[in-house]
Amino acid sequence: MAWKRFRKKKDLPSGLWVKCPSCRATLFKKELIRNGNVCGQCEHHFPLTARERVDMLADGGSFQEQSPDLYPIDRLEFVDREPYAHKLARAVEKTGQNEAAIYGPCTMEGKPVVLCVMDFTFIGGSMGCVVGEKVTRAVELATEKNWPVIVVSASGGARMHEGALSLMQMAKTSCAISRHDAQGGLFISVLSNPTTGGVMASFAALGDLIVAEPGALIGFAGPRVIKETLRQQLPDGFQRSEFLLPHGFLDQIIHRKDLRSSLVDFLDHLWTYAEGEVQTEWLEPSFPPQEEDTETVEEGTDTGEGDKSEPSPEGEEAAKTP
Amino acid sequence: MDETKPIQPLDFEEPIFEMRAKIAELEDLSRRTGMDLNGQMQPLKDKLNQLTAQIFDGLSAWDRVKLARHPARPYTTDYVDHVFDSFSELFGDRLFSDDPAMMGGLARLDGRSVMLLGHRKGRDTKEKIACNFGCAHPEGYRKAKRLMKLAEKFGIPIITLINTPGAYPGIGAEERGQAYAIAENLMLMAGLRVPILSVVIGEGGSGGALGIGVADRVLILEHAYYSVISPEGCAAILWKSSEKAGEAAEALKITARHLKELEIVDEVIPEPMGGAHRHPHAMAETLKDVLTRELDALCERSVDELLEGRYEKFRRMGTLFGDEPPRMPEEPASPEGEKASAAEAPSEGATDPELQED
Ligand SMILES: [Zn+2]
Repeated sequence: MAWKRFRKKKDLPSGLWVKCPSCRATLFKKELIRNGNVCGQCEHHFPLTARERVDMLADGGSFQEQSPDLYPIDRLEFVDREPYAHKLARAVEKTGQNEAAIYGPCTMEGKPVVLCVMDFTFIGGSMGCVVGEKVTRAVELATEKNWPVIVVSASGGARMHEGALSLMQMAKTSCAISRHDAQGGLFISVLSNPTTGGVMASFAALGDLIVAEPGALIGFAGPRVIKETLRQQLPDGFQRSEFLLPHGFLDQIIHRKDLRSSLVDFLDHLWTYAEGEVQTEWLEPSFPPQEEDTETVEEGTDTGEGDKSEPSPEGEEAAKTP
Repeated sequence: MDETKPIQPLDFEEPIFEMRAKIAELEDLSRRTGMDLNGQMQPLKDKLNQLTAQIFDGLSAWDRVKLARHPARPYTTDYVDHVFDSFSELFGDRLFSDDPAMMGGLARLDGRSVMLLGHRKGRDTKEKIACNFGCAHPEGYRKAKRLMKLAEKFGIPIITLINTPGAYPGIGAEERGQAYAIAENLMLMAGLRVPILSVVIGEGGSGGALGIGVADRVLILEHAYYSVISPEGCAAILWKSSEKAGEAAEALKITARHLKELEIVDEVIPEPMGGAHRHPHAMAETLKDVLTRELDALCERSVDELLEGRYEKFRRMGTLFGDEPPRMPEEPASPEGEKASAAEAPSEGATDPELQED
């Protein structure tokens, strides 16, 4: 499924080859995907859809999406150059997603966590009421289960079309995190490119640990706004992960290929699960697709109950490539 | 707060100013000649009140933004002088510096100690520059954080007066973690064990406003606004032209009345006829009454009631959802009819009977 969606993505030219926006190298698309959407030449991290991200972080088949039927409404009857309602409809059509975030419990190397992932492809990952609600519910679920919560952010900020209601999602999510924190709960915030505005100025900045992917744009105000306000050039690499770390605002910068193992290591260090909560057997993540995929899946099928067996991305690719 | 100083009229205030000038002329004439002109003046005064009411009833969202930004509108500093019995300003974030754009200190309201926080815009040019026109840096939010924790430790209620175009967007602000400073305040305020009362007195600019706005009660003055983004910023992004700020202000539903309808604010505090900038002393008196009343009520609540109530208040915000995915309207719009269908479509969605309250 992830593969199908990826193929539809508009920012990548259809066909077999992709140009890296960072080093201009021409990359073989199949190879890029197998590399987790990371450029093999310069390590540029291409965006991931929320599904791809979940498939990359969660044990195979362990993610159980919650509240998938939470649909946005145009409460303000907002019209700019087009009605917001149309914009939403087009985003749903284009991405196959209902909104810019998904969440649910899953396991990571057998350890249960609540995972919430934002999707930049859906109206810039902007946070309206549904995204705010999903982040809040994810945190509340984690508090209730006494499990860690991991939120992977990718967002330009609050969604203007839902007005001050979007702004208030900053407060709502922060209130939930405050409760989770008071209970001694663990929250790990993962920042991907970009995480700015109201998302960064609320839950994304409130992790017990805050880590980022390389080269991610992270900040409060967007670079364009700052440039216009100051009427001067911004320093090189301004607001990128590599800029934030030495300024003291990130715990680590983690390459995408190491993200899952690093998160698991953090869980291992910081979180003590109740007896019997940790699964001893689990499946490898299904993204990025690897040659060995079929084998791994077969090995672990006994623990993969409830897994709606999807056609392996590999097979689909093989079918489509002459 | 000098009420005798002349104020430049806003465009929609011009008819009011003209009529007021006529009345002033008559008053002057009467004073100079000793003639009794009350018979002529009273109908004019009645008409002036009528006209003012009529104009202010019909203000657009953009007109209200102009009022909220009016240079003669009472600021935090004015309320400090005219609402509170005393004020002892406290400075610094103990980390980097003191930000004058965020004012904080111990105040007495009707004899009761409170921690008072508020954005400061600055009146004269020098002050305005020092305060970055009311746009606080991370230091401002961290000073607020420090003072709120101090208030919590000693059980003093917190009052915040919100009046900012937004948090400062700049290199230093980013280098010192503007987003982090605001986020940490939201989380801190969610769990503070003392009453918190916030009033939007002018501009409620986005995260910079919310950074001292997670309160048990959130009130707003009649002509103040509270928005996710400045109308100009929104227009620049969505309309690709900052000249469409008026339309953006309308679309964003940022006026006090709309915010009350959306349950983002608890109460709208009426302003004196003609706006707070015309009658700052009357405004200060009203605000004092409201703050005293509200604080009395909050101080009755137990800590648990406060925390539960605050959580529920923000938890409920934006919990109205659709029960099916958004879809394009069925009929393909012809280029000719595109405008019309664009205007109709959203109201269709909003009158959907199957809205789900969750
Ligand atoms: Zn590259």
